[in-house]
Amino acid sequence: MTLTVTAPAAVTDRRSARAFVDTHVVPYADDYDRNGRVPEDLLRQVAAAGLWAPFLPVESGGAGMDLVTLGEVHEEVGRGCSSLRSLLTVHTMVAWTVQRWGTPGQRERWEPALAAGEALGAFCLSEPGAGSDTAAITTTAVEHGDGWLLNGVKKWTTGGQRADLFLVFARTGASIGAFLVPRYAPGVQVRPIDDMLGTRASMLAEISFQDVALGPDALLGPSGFTAGMVLTGTLDLGRYSVAAGSVGIVQACLEASAAYAAHRRVGGRPLAEQPLIQAKLSDMVTDARAARLLLAEAGRLKDAGESSTIMATWIAKYFASTAAARHAAEAVQIHGANGCSPDYPVARLYRDAKVMEIIEGSNEIQRITIAGQAERETTR
Amino acid sequence: MSNTPTQQILDFVRGRYPQAEIDETQDIFALGFVNSLFAMELVMFVEKTFGVTIPNEELRIDNFRTASTMAALVGRLSPTLAVA
Repeated sequence: MTLTVTAPAAVTDRRSARAFVDTHVVPYADDYDRNGRVPEDLLRQVAAAGLWAPFLPVESGGAGMDLVTLGEVHEEVGRGCSSLRSLLTVHTMVAWTVQRWGTPGQRERWEPALAAGEALGAFCLSEPGAGSDTAAITTTAVEHGDGWLLNGVKKWTTGGQRADLFLVFARTGASIGAFLVPRYAPGVQVRPIDDMLGTRASMLAEISFQDVALGPDALLGPSGFTAGMVLTGTLDLGRYSVAAGSVGIVQACLEASAAYAAHRRVGGRPLAEQPLIQAKLSDMVTDARAARLLLAEAGRLKDAGESSTIMATWIAKYFASTAAARHAAEAVQIHGANGCSPDYPVARLYRDAKVMEIIEGSNEIQRITIAGQAERETTR
Repeated sequence: MSNTPTQQILDFVRGRYPQAEIDETQDIFALGFVNSLFAMELVMFVEKTFGVTIPNEELRIDNFRTASTMAALVGRLSPTLAVA
């Protein structure tokens, strides 16, 4: 693998994100997938481009980027490599939560490092016995002196092998609280999870917390009944990023399939002239545009502070992730045996797309939530 | 009182739960339909509609039980807004 050494330009919009991804990510994404990790070199390039948390305020080292643009940037990253996009997603969730709910002291301590990528964040919610069913988590944080004592096991933590700061959700009596836990706090153990179906380079881990003593400033956000809002807001942003990444997968499937169909010949004619192939490509074009619009609408509502962004994001993620899985399967089909080989990116896209239907709320949970709101709003 | 904070909050809750018959003094938590998602939407609605930021220490259940208590919270955070 040839590592790039050129310092990247700052990513400020879709165009610069696309240029960054085409130069620093796309040529190497299959290698990352095979090696099971995103290399440190790329993590540094991401930092140099200001990509880790550009939505943070300028005074914290961010760029004050609006969330519509952030969605476009995450789409472009997802087009190149879902594993890198996954690392960006969980880091975004941590950085946004610190910004939204942190005290001035917590923000001062963590935001500059999160903006610079000097501290990488990871989101710890799922457990061996609790995934989308967040009410079933068993990790506990009990008051201990003037701080907290954390015990439990988190699983499927994206970026867990590499992250410096964990945002851990734990039971605090009847409620769920969010805690900032440095990786090297005594009692924290990280066990890598490798050889996953998709997003294989996202450095998943199982993380155990055994009598981890935390100070009072570890608790992020309000306690009591509204503590669940921290989780709701964090997942909302994660869902937004996954929706963006899913749009990127559809776009990657389209670009790979269109290029392949233009050059591959069947019966002396390009595959692209076959009506059944044209039908698949046209559906990719249509769904990419539709998913992009749903994402942009969710982002616009976020930037406006509208509460309806939460449902708009559920809908965007549901649509985009199912479209990604559907079109990744068709992209493999268009490529035939080549699509099942390591010589083309569509096999990776196919495996990564399946993951999008599961993370940040399985699609079954999404359909229940979307239908539930429709039922409430139309029942009189 | 159609443009008062109380009425605007009631309109928002009724818009989300048309089947619920509530007035400004009714405890919406006692009705059983408030979950963390709706709580987040409520907070976002109040902040956006009235141009306030609710600090963590004000995110207490008693401030969100009724349209009246939410309007009172708005009044404390933005004294220029009349609370009816």
